Amino acid sequence: MTLDRDAREKLVLALAAAMIEHAEELTSLDQAIGDGDHGLNMKRGFEAVLATLPGLADKSLPEMLKTIGLTLVMKVGGASGPLVGTFFMELGKALPDEPARADLVAATDKAINAVKLRGRSEAGQKTLLDVLVPVQAVFAGGGDARAIAAEAAQAADRTTPMLATRGRASFLGERSIGHMDPGSRSASLLISAAIAALEFEATS
Amino acid sequence: MSKSSSGNVGIVIVSHSSKIAEGAADMVRQMVGNAVPLAWTGGDTDGGLGTNVAGILAAIEAAWSPAGVAILVDLGGAETNSEMAVEMLAEDRRARVVVCNAPVVEGAVIAATESSGGSSLAAVKRSAEEFYA
Repeated sequence: MTLDRDAREKLVLALAAAMIEHAEELTSLDQAIGDGDHGLNMKRGFEAVLATLPGLADKSLPEMLKTIGLTLVMKVGGASGPLVGTFFMELGKALPDEPARADLVAATDKAINAVKLRGRSEAGQKTLLDVLVPVQAVFAGGGDARAIAAEAAQAADRTTPMLATRGRASFLGERSIGHMDPGSRSASLLISAAIAALEFEATS
Repeated sequence: MSKSSSGNVGIVIVSHSSKIAEGAADMVRQMVGNAVPLAWTGGDTDGGLGTNVAGILAAIEAAWSPAGVAILVDLGGAETNSEMAVEMLAEDRRARVVVCNAPVVEGAVIAATESSGGSSLAAVKRSAEEFYA
């Protein structure tokens, strides 16, 4: 997969648009079971990312991803900053400039493990890992773009009946059941936006 | 007895609320005066409730001591952002900063009291964490 400058810029714009357009939805999900700032935090983070364009897209893909990650870490202002930021930073560290599919699979695997370490969490605790881990399984198993996007949406839906045992929602105990995890929703939106922007061809 | 603060473990207070962070710091100062390097940070980069890595890095710098720095945090994001900040420090400093698993107000007061007696970073962390253990 080769991403030229225009494709890299398109990717950044799509990720930012997904968070900015869904800020209210994410915040209302977070008001139900968290501290009600997730949408605003992610919006702030991605607006800061947008402010680094056009120079951001001049960088190589790995350097661009690392910069996005660091910007999110510094600007988001909630736990999602270090978690989502770590994902992008580690993805950037692990990717070659022109990754093949196998490189992408290996790099996302490393990035997801870094998120687990950062949050001291595993899938099953009603966090963004409940999207990242099953989506990675589809991706690593050879799933195409449509299958990956579908899994992202379904995985976020599957967090609704889950009991939160990590993050702010865990304070609510059983009252966390019946609401979608906001971090899972934002992860799902970012994955779908990336796939749409890249016109991702899983077989390439 | 007042002693120089330079050799004592620094204390950093990180809360989602700048008012809580500042208030906890006031309580620490009342207990130990200027015997320990102390800094606090609270709020996101827009001034709302939250924590931010840049603010935490600045607080670590402000409370820096050769004996190290103990960080007291309130809720999850404060802890995650503090751990991220520690990882972003220069390598020679990273091992001398710890995040304590203790309540922010009580932990800060106890950690500072322990530090003011000249205790090591490990002892300061242990005292804070043992309070509710």
